[in-house]
Amino acid sequence: MARAAVLGRLTWQVATLTATRDETATAKTLVLDVPGWPGHLAGQHVDVRLTAPDGYTAERSYSIASPPDGDRLELTVQRIADGEVSPYLTETLEAGDQLELRGPIGGWFVWDPDSAAPVLLVAGGSGVVPLMSMIRARARAGSGNKVPFRLIYSVRTPADALYADELTKRARDDSLGLSYVYTRMAPPGGPAPGRISATVIASAGWPARSPEPPAVFVCGPTGFVEAAARLLIDAGHAPARIKTERFGPTGT
Amino acid sequence: MGIISRGFSGRRRDGGEKLPPGQYLVTDFPVLSAGPTPKVSTGTWQFTLKTEKGQTRSWDWAAFTALPSEQITTDIHCVTKWSKLGTMWKGVAIDTLLDGVDTGASYTMARSYGGYTTNVPLADLRAGKAWIAYEFGGKPLHPEHGGPARLLVPHLYFWKSAKWVTGIDLMERDEPGFWEQLGYHNYGDPWREQRYWGD
Ligand SMILES: Cc1cc2nc3c(=O)[nH]c(=O)nc-3n(C[C@H](O)[C@H](O)[C@H](O)COP(=O)(O)OP(=O)(O)OC[C@H]3O[C@@H](n4cnc5c(N)ncnc54)[C@H](O)[C@@H]3O)c2cc1C
Repeated sequence: MARAAVLGRLTWQVATLTATRDETATAKTLVLDVPGWPGHLAGQHVDVRLTAPDGYTAERSYSIASPPDGDRLELTVQRIADGEVSPYLTETLEAGDQLELRGPIGGWFVWDPDSAAPVLLVAGGSGVVPLMSMIRARARAGSGNKVPFRLIYSVRTPADALYADELTKRARDDSLGLSYVYTRMAPPGGPAPGRISATVIASAGWPARSPEPPAVFVCGPTGFVEAAARLLIDAGHAPARIKTERFGPTGT
Repeated sequence: MGIISRGFSGRRRDGGEKLPPGQYLVTDFPVLSAGPTPKVSTGTWQFTLKTEKGQTRSWDWAAFTALPSEQITTDIHCVTKWSKLGTMWKGVAIDTLLDGVDTGASYTMARSYGGYTTNVPLADLRAGKAWIAYEFGGKPLHPEHGGPARLLVPHLYFWKSAKWVTGIDLMERDEPGFWEQLGYHNYGDPWREQRYWGD
């Protein structure tokens, strides 16, 4: 695998929170300064470690939301009400505070900016985070040689969409194909709420049989990923072209 | 030593000494897979053991599930940090599959429907340490969790317990499998926190 994916030992590094951005009422982007960050590929994640005064530690994984950008790293954390780590990261941590992380991790769920294949991104909820890193990495490529990108983004309500303004801008300025699926409440005037379906995949995705078959990235809660991957296969996409990443509980 | 996270006290959960370093306890059963869940029917399912000399032994579903099976209760540890205690499985011990097999191999590669591979030293599959499991919690193993059958090597991180397994190759020399080529540890002992290369 390419470059940053094959580094040697992953040591814990100290990161300093330099700023935060509210993405929704319950999700926050953490802007971190990580001196000596080795670089990453769009789609990779980090392990974050918190340490209590008595030495107790908790570790969780978070996808990198930002494109490769020197020592700067952005994570977007969705607060889980009864969670151990996400409430701390979104409510207690303040600019100037430090935390430990190591990475980049994961050499599979990554987009290679040198690849010419069109890309279909399918996100459920906070599963959009690693896909956003891909969208941002592509936005950097000079105009004229941007590979076609489409995003299908499933959220409960419009207010739950992460990066909504930036996605609108990328759709306008950057030829990003953008389609939302609202599962609980849809904006007035549009289609009624529903789940991701064969119709959505057919109208908002890429045809599976193109001269250059699309690379597909699916990320979200397990149930969403299972459903979306099945629809994609039914639509003719080769399983080997579909990369998945799952976070969150299964409920079973 | 780690830096202290201001204002973090954490939530210590039950599990204490049963949890390897860096792990936390879950009660649900999260899923980790690199791609779509393959559809594997027990009508066409096959499991093949192949020695380093190329000799093979194969079982179809009926023959495999007629082999002596064992009930296994074990803790499992995923590299994405969750651990689940006291999970209950039914399956066939690898010892049973290896019974009478003539091999000088020290390494193995498990192969799955969908193309997944993972390498495990043969010693880690022997002596009651590993199974091909086809029931979880008294029910047929769900496809999301690797059904019809998966490798179960619970003393290593759970990516070594290949889902949708269809064969094991015995090898004289070690080779990295799928995740092992992509930055994950070659051996994967949770008690030594061998998550990634160099750990
Ligand atoms: C590779 C990878 C990448 C990830 N990337 C991100 C990311 O970019 N942003 C992000 O916010 N999270 C991400 N996660 C999830 C993250 O690692 C934590 O699981 C999450 O923040 C919850 O941790 P917690 O300590 O707050 O909750 P816990 O204390 O671990 O859990 C508390 C309760 O919430 C439930 N729960 C846990 N996760 C979820 C969830 N996602 N949705 C609903 N309920 C949940 C648990 O089952 C439990 O009942 C990623 C996970 C993985 C494996």
